[in-house]
Amino acid sequence: MGVDTGAAPLGSARAEILQRIRAATGGVSNTEVARAGWTRLPREYRRAATREREAVLELLEDRLRDYDANVVRTGRDRVSAIVAKMLSERGKTRMVVPPGIPNEWLPVVVEFVVDEGLSAAELDRFDGVMTGSTMAIAQTGTVILQSVPGQGRRAVTLVPDYQLCVVCEEDVVETVPEAMARLQETAELPTTFFSGPSATADIEMTRIKGVHGPRYLDVVLVGSGI
Amino acid sequence: MSGSALDPKTAPVFPIAARTAMKDGQLRRNVRHATDVIQAKRARVVAEMPDWQELREAGKQIRQHTMENLDFYLEEFEANCTRAGGVVHWARDAAEARQIIVGLVKASGSDEVIKIKSMTTEEIQLNSALEAAGIHPYETDLAELIIQLGHDQPSHIVVPALHKNRQQIREIFQREMNLPKLGERPEDLADAARIFLREKFLRVKTGVSGANFLIAETGGVCIVESEGNGRMCLTLPETLIAVAGIDKVVPRFADLEVLFQLLPRSATGERMNPYNSIWTGVNAADGPRAFHVVLMDNARTEILADAEGRQTLNCIRCGACQNACPVYRQTGGHAYGSVYAGPIGAILTPQLQEMHHAQSLPYASSLCGACYEVCPVKINIPEVLIHLRNKVVKQNGPLNVEAFAMKMMGMIFLSEHRFRAAQRMGRMAEAPLVRRDEKGEGWIGWLPGMLGGWTKVRDLQEMPQETFRDWWKKRGTHGS
Repeated sequence: MGVDTGAAPLGSARAEILQRIRAATGGVSNTEVARAGWTRLPREYRRAATREREAVLELLEDRLRDYDANVVRTGRDRVSAIVAKMLSERGKTRMVVPPGIPNEWLPVVVEFVVDEGLSAAELDRFDGVMTGSTMAIAQTGTVILQSVPGQGRRAVTLVPDYQLCVVCEEDVVETVPEAMARLQETAELPTTFFSGPSATADIEMTRIKGVHGPRYLDVVLVGSGI
Repeated sequence: MSGSALDPKTAPVFPIAARTAMKDGQLRRNVRHATDVIQAKRARVVAEMPDWQELREAGKQIRQHTMENLDFYLEEFEANCTRAGGVVHWARDAAEARQIIVGLVKASGSDEVIKIKSMTTEEIQLNSALEAAGIHPYETDLAELIIQLGHDQPSHIVVPALHKNRQQIREIFQREMNLPKLGERPEDLADAARIFLREKFLRVKTGVSGANFLIAETGGVCIVESEGNGRMCLTLPETLIAVAGIDKVVPRFADLEVLFQLLPRSATGERMNPYNSIWTGVNAADGPRAFHVVLMDNARTEILADAEGRQTLNCIRCGACQNACPVYRQTGGHAYGSVYAGPIGAILTPQLQEMHHAQSLPYASSLCGACYEVCPVKINIPEVLIHLRNKVVKQNGPLNVEAFAMKMMGMIFLSEHRFRAAQRMGRMAEAPLVRRDEKGEGWIGWLPGMLGGWTKVRDLQEMPQETFRDWWKKRGTHGS
């Protein structure tokens, strides 16, 4: 992996910077000192949910809508019917999906192509992408994707202009700390948080949907089917 | 292609640059509008958080703890990033960082790169170094694209083109993208940028980014953004090079639970950034095949060594202090002569320059404290400003006018006799300068020499004809 950059001896830069840091902080830090110090850090902020389950789901819906996402709640056995309806309303006929997406979510009336290393240019030619999700955070209206079956590699949910994302109710948490705790085990997987479709406010602070990522986002929240 | 970056070494001093900026009514309207909008949004989403003060305290303590153990966390990050297939480089200063990055881009076989918005690459003036090496950098953040195509410079840490309005942006795009019929709705402009950049995203094989956070525990890197251009640059190229100041490290993955709450709400008034990306080294099935991190010092260890200035390194670059600052809101960013503008720029820039440049910046503040109040990690910017003013005076030696004047004042205040003599002298000396208003009160609108700095922006009331001491003395002889 190492690339010869032709630069000045880099090992010496490392040693010199670490030496400067130690001179500045008054000595060498080690695992014990750092771990003990970290454990003592105050964390008086809110870490657990404070709402009832149904209120958490309603909060997620509300926050997603606030960020211009379209949200539909449905029961487990109705996913493919709802997906068919949403895609038809949007006029989408050819969708890319990651490997491992549950077959029962996919209606037969739409063409679904499984991504097996499609090029970015090929991804760009689809009407949209449909995936599952790892988790959602109600308080911030955020959905989390990881590189796992059913969610796919990062490019798949990025290049197409439209995303339909299925979120299971049991994967919804209320707060950011709850989400980070659940992600700890798989922290090293490529992970993407998205809160609504792509947006910018760079022009006169006017929020514009979609600059480079998907401009349109539909979320299907799957549970008991209220 | 890009304009020359703001360079503290050659920039005019703040009072001179600010005077020019103050005459630009359009710039001031644009800056005021943008900062008003962000501040209102920020206030709303911060008010939603009953635990905001506890989050700020945790954020401050995490950053402080990281700085105290910086050597450990950097080594831990390096080990974990390397284990995951990343390559870590170390750069003592800007020149070394530029040399490493240019070398890596050349080794990737590319003569163009797509770039994510990064203040660190602005700090080291990477674009001109790439261009000098025959490598074309494409800025992909909408605001950075506006600046690059307009041969301009960023004026805000988070919203670098907030000084331009839609008509000005339209003119730049019409000219540089050859789109004479371009509309002027923000949507039209964003669409033009989308089409202009999509072709680059799909073609260019090398990406250059900054980093919001380096996670020591996992060796992961995190970037937060809103447009998706960041995700494009992180995901599609074959080679990705991230450059980060050594201050960007956080101890553990779980610490992001604090920073993910503080940063977006403070920066843009969002509950969460539209996109956060976290990746660790390389993943065979997802993203670039080669990943490099350049850890750069560039005077950050000097700041670390200064007990009072050290808290500057806690900054997570949210820009909230800029939006809240009455000085920044009047002058905009370019007057600071550095890519880091506003209150944080006023303390960061002089320290990055080891105080040899930008000596006027610690004075570019009214010390009102608004920046301290909004800072999500509680950096006491006014405290650092005063500390730096002290350093400026010391660095300029005992012979400079200000130090001499203060010494004289000290001598005068030491003795009652000298103090009374100075008061009498003052009354005599001011006489020719005093003008009476309609109520008969005396005002001084102009003072000579260095004292003129005071009267440039305000009037001084004349000294009282009778001092309290005189009155007291009189009362003692003639009173009851």
